[in-house]
Amino acid sequence: MHLLNRTAGRISRHRRRPIAGALLLLLGLLTAGALYTAVLSPANAAKTQSDTELAEQGRKLFLVGCSTCHGTNGEGVTTLRGNQLGPSLVGVGAAAVDFQVGTGRMPMAQAGAQAPSKPEAYDQDEIDALAAYVASLGPGPAVPNSSDYSLDNMTDEAQEAAIVRGGQIFLTNCTACHNFEGSGGAMPEGGSAPKIRGVEPKYIYEALLTGPSNMPSFSNGNLTPEEKRDVIAYLGSLNDSADYGGFGMGGLGPVAEGLIAWVGGIGILVGFAIWIAAHTTRTNKKKVQA
Amino acid sequence: MSDHDTPAGDPTGHVPAVPEEPIANPGLPEHTWRPTDVDEHSEKRAERQVAAMYLASMVCVVLFVVVYFTADIGDNWTTFLGLGASTVGLGVTLAAALLLIGAGTIQWARKLMSDHEISELRHPARSSDEDRAEVLEKLAAGGEDSGIGRRPLIRNTLLGSVGLLGAPALVMLWDLGPTNAKVTAEQPYPGAGLEHTVWSKGMKVVRDVVGTPVRVSDLEIGDLVNGEPEAIFPTQENGQPALHGVALQVAKSKAAVVVVRMDPGDITPGEGRENWSVDGIVCYSKICTHVGCPISLYERTTHHLLCPCHQSTFDLSDSGRVVFGPAGRHLPQLPLDVDDEGYLIARSDFTEPVGPSFWERDTKDIGDQGEADL
Repeated sequence: MHLLNRTAGRISRHRRRPIAGALLLLLGLLTAGALYTAVLSPANAAKTQSDTELAEQGRKLFLVGCSTCHGTNGEGVTTLRGNQLGPSLVGVGAAAVDFQVGTGRMPMAQAGAQAPSKPEAYDQDEIDALAAYVASLGPGPAVPNSSDYSLDNMTDEAQEAAIVRGGQIFLTNCTACHNFEGSGGAMPEGGSAPKIRGVEPKYIYEALLTGPSNMPSFSNGNLTPEEKRDVIAYLGSLNDSADYGGFGMGGLGPVAEGLIAWVGGIGILVGFAIWIAAHTTRTNKKKVQA
Repeated sequence: MSDHDTPAGDPTGHVPAVPEEPIANPGLPEHTWRPTDVDEHSEKRAERQVAAMYLASMVCVVLFVVVYFTADIGDNWTTFLGLGASTVGLGVTLAAALLLIGAGTIQWARKLMSDHEISELRHPARSSDEDRAEVLEKLAAGGEDSGIGRRPLIRNTLLGSVGLLGAPALVMLWDLGPTNAKVTAEQPYPGAGLEHTVWSKGMKVVRDVVGTPVRVSDLEIGDLVNGEPEAIFPTQENGQPALHGVALQVAKSKAAVVVVRMDPGDITPGEGRENWSVDGIVCYSKICTHVGCPISLYERTTHHLLCPCHQSTFDLSDSGRVVFGPAGRHLPQLPLDVDDEGYLIARSDFTEPVGPSFWERDTKDIGDQGEADL
């Protein structure tokens, strides 16, 4: 005890200014505080934990709901005959999971040419967990933020220009399969390009990024984020604008419209003619001869 | 069962004579009258109905004119129930006007015009023998009169003069546009004629609409680019001469391409085309070889490109081979290369004419085609 006191006293003697003690105290407090904030604070602990925990939670969901076709580690399953039950999910990214599960395409109800959109089986928290797990398998596109496809902080003229530009890009790159109004269309071997009007912008963005099913992808190197935003703005403008040419009949194109006109229109005329010929009122009264 | 049904069972052994009319002609049923024929009130009412329909038709026409001048069209158009007011208004009023005239006339005919049943016997379609003989006789007499059989000189010169009247039509149709040989010889703009496009060695592939060049490192496997040559989007930097009007349209329509990136292992290169792709990036003409529709319905897993017009399907991993549909030839492939900055460029023009077949087309197999202009 004496020795300790003496050592302390010697150190004290070496100090040049009395303020040094206060500074040391302050430094010690700051270091402790910073360390606490960075590593040990409860809020941060929850965050760092939640990333791994979310992926772990996603892995559990994945093992139950997805691994039959995609394999227990997301490596894909090939049958003995060489058919692919489900593709590998390494590197497809969180965006692909958010799109496929968020629109109800996955999990598939049955094997087929294409996974149709249906009521989703997981809620958004579960989808986030699944996405975190699949994203941990390999690098891939992340789920886009709403700021990526929003026109809100632009002037009216800039928005107008973006919609026009997006329309041209849409008509060149998307119309071939998805129809000029985004009504969708048929594809070979039982497939179809889905209707994309009225789809949430997030899912359109994710579909462009990842190229679901047979759709070619439009990665950010291929179609820049601004161009994607413009295409989405154009689709939004299609939703918002009224049908100039009258009843649009779903915008399915001339074949569908011709069919409706010929079968429906002429059918009504034929029915009208038959109705006229079948209805004649007669009376039992005799004409009074003048 | 009565005796009439079994004549063979008649014990007397002979068939009874068939009467002239086994079932008596019942004639027309007695005419029944319509309410409008016997009741003056309903007659008046029908008259008013018909007139009301004609009047309503007039109102519709007036409304049509009103809609025409009041409903705004163009940029700031009037809407009606979420539809274009002008289109809907004009259509509905004109349709109603026509329908009301028709309905009024039908009402008039069925309620007020006479409705006595009449019967008319059908006559045979063939003319009587006398009529036919008479016509033939007159024809023969006419031929004899004109002497066409006796004067072959007149007959032959007449046939010749009428036949030669086709020549002016032929000459005028021929001169509707320049022939392919003339266009190719004169080269009024780069890549003119059916055999060539505006593509040339070293020309960058750019994206349609936006005109940005395609960097190889930017494309991921599965990406699709609807491309054009940079000549279609001239800028200060690329220094391409600007095309205008018809020349631009023709050049653009012939030079359109689809660029896709796939796993290089999926590609089966054609003979002599081993170096036409860049890291799995291949480039094909976008114009279908059947009747020339632009195609870009691409399936990334099968690498099939489908034409929406007649379902011709081409395999882009296998030299654009036709795998389905009416197209008779593979899709022309554009040889690709990379420039110093990493952008996609063409090694040459297409090595065969793009688009549908034409008479003078010289078809070569894939193995016999080299890289033109190299």
